[in-house]
Amino acid sequence: MLDIEDLHVKIGDREVLHDINLHIGEGESHVLMGPNGSGKTTLLRTIMGFSGLNITEGRIFFKGEDITRTPIHKRAELGMGMLFQRPPTIAGLKLGKLLAVTSGDDAKKVEEYSRYLNMDSFLERSINLGFSGGEIKRSEVLQLMIQSPDFVMLDEPESGVDLENITLIGSAIAKLLEKDVHIVNRKKSGLVITHTGYILDYLDADFGHVMCDGVFRCHGNPREILKVIKTSGYKECLACQKI
Amino acid sequence: MPENIEKMEDLSKTDQERLAQTGLEVEMKNRSGTFFQIDQEIKHVASTEKGIEVLTLSDALSKYDWLSGYMWKAVPHDKDKYTRYVHEQKDPKGFVIIARKGSKTLYPLQACLFLANSQVQHVHNIIIAEEGAELHIISGCASATHARVGTHIGVTEFYIAKNARITSTMIHNWGEKISVFPRSASIIEENGVFLSNYVCMQPVRKIQMSPVAHLKGENSVARFNSIVVSTPGSLLDLGSVANLTAHGASAELLTRAITTGGTIVSRGFIHGETRETKGHIECKGLILKDGIIHAIPEIRGDVVDTELSHEAAVGKIARDEIEYLMSRGLDEDVATATIIRGFLDVKIAGLPEVLQNQIDAAIDAAEKSGF
Repeated sequence: MLDIEDLHVKIGDREVLHDINLHIGEGESHVLMGPNGSGKTTLLRTIMGFSGLNITEGRIFFKGEDITRTPIHKRAELGMGMLFQRPPTIAGLKLGKLLAVTSGDDAKKVEEYSRYLNMDSFLERSINLGFSGGEIKRSEVLQLMIQSPDFVMLDEPESGVDLENITLIGSAIAKLLEKDVHIVNRKKSGLVITHTGYILDYLDADFGHVMCDGVFRCHGNPREILKVIKTSGYKECLACQKI
Repeated sequence: MPENIEKMEDLSKTDQERLAQTGLEVEMKNRSGTFFQIDQEIKHVASTEKGIEVLTLSDALSKYDWLSGYMWKAVPHDKDKYTRYVHEQKDPKGFVIIARKGSKTLYPLQACLFLANSQVQHVHNIIIAEEGAELHIISGCASATHARVGTHIGVTEFYIAKNARITSTMIHNWGEKISVFPRSASIIEENGVFLSNYVCMQPVRKIQMSPVAHLKGENSVARFNSIVVSTPGSLLDLGSVANLTAHGASAELLTRAITTGGTIVSRGFIHGETRETKGHIECKGLILKDGIIHAIPEIRGDVVDTELSHEAAVGKIARDEIEYLMSRGLDEDVATATIIRGFLDVKIAGLPEVLQNQIDAAIDAAEKSGF
């Protein structure tokens, strides 16, 4: 699904991602962990193709196609999607209007998913304007469900979400990643940033990666990595030099 | 243009379309009355609603002696050279709308001012909503496709009595060589509401106006909404003024301005003269192509317990907003247009659906032509 080879990324004059290699196969879910400011969000944004991130070396392949220089919307068309940790507020643009555009005016689908995510009363509201943390995440998941990407990147889907909403968002994300489909037939893949690991209860993630200062420092079982981080902190985790 | 134009239907198809863009319905299906003036000739005056009278100014003045007391009461005749010009006219044209006590319009009345061959079109309009009356007016002002250099000067006086309500929606569709100088003012009595909406998204040479609301009655309310686009060569000098002179009076002035190369001066002035008054000015401007948006919001409070505020922002569409929509699969042009459409999408509280639809249609038309 996704192959990243020897990726180096600069913001301005400063290199922030160094020699990143990552392979995510069809049907796989990967978890990305690491301290604040380690470059996790930058990696997701680079994969999506956002501006301000300058790829100086390396390549990104998606479904076998070199997308290193492909515009954002083309990546979306190819089947890539992203849940933003802090999406922008777009005053005036109604959530329902955007969903109408992205669903190809499929009102039935919009209604069904909006209801599922308790967002039906938000369709006439400006995107993210005055939304609470949980509402922002539900809006993000709703947009992704309409988009139905083959590869979905989730940037801290549980941050700012209360426990009740975590269940809802977790179940929706499980649907997005076809966790109800047998592993052999599962096609959808994911890359998820998490600090708390709550989302792992819904994800059944296959691989975990720890990033620090723009490099991968550890790969392994996500639950085991999280256990070490939770008990001993990132310092201990990074000291093990397992990579 | 043919000489024998008596009705809107007699205009050419193109000119009918230009009028339709200003919200006027030739067939009058959703309208409760009409006033239609070409240059200085009044062509059609009608009202189908009980309790609502639509008259020409001259007919109204001869029918009602008391009406002269309303002439130049809200707008001073010596305010500037344009009001003086209209005041000096021996045979002033224009319309008078009177909504009798307690009457309510289901559909809006439409007033159409069309500039075709004259160099100058001048009007003096008086709109009165008596106690408890509710009146919705849509004024469409346009010029013929063939119109050359021309000037439109319009004096409009609104009188909103106790518990009455007027919504006035004005959509302009002038030509590139037309200059426009509306001079309007309103006097709002106790619990009265005046809602004024202005839309101009088509090229014009110059529009200069600054309607004034005198909030003289307790708890009176005035709201001005302007949605404007300035194309290259257009100068839109627009403002609104609210004088809060009674307890509990409040005013809101809201502007969405886009320049694609033209100039917009967006003025606003709220004067809190009395206690327990409130006012807010909001101006948001988008510069899509090099042009000028000059926001001048002014607030002045004279007493304790007047709450006044303003916010103004001028800039471009944020890159992260465009890219956010692109990540949902919209290409850059569609993402940009979607954001602009949202920027202009001001849902106006208390506005009848038909009028909101007209505003939306004007924005749609501008969107289709790529702003």
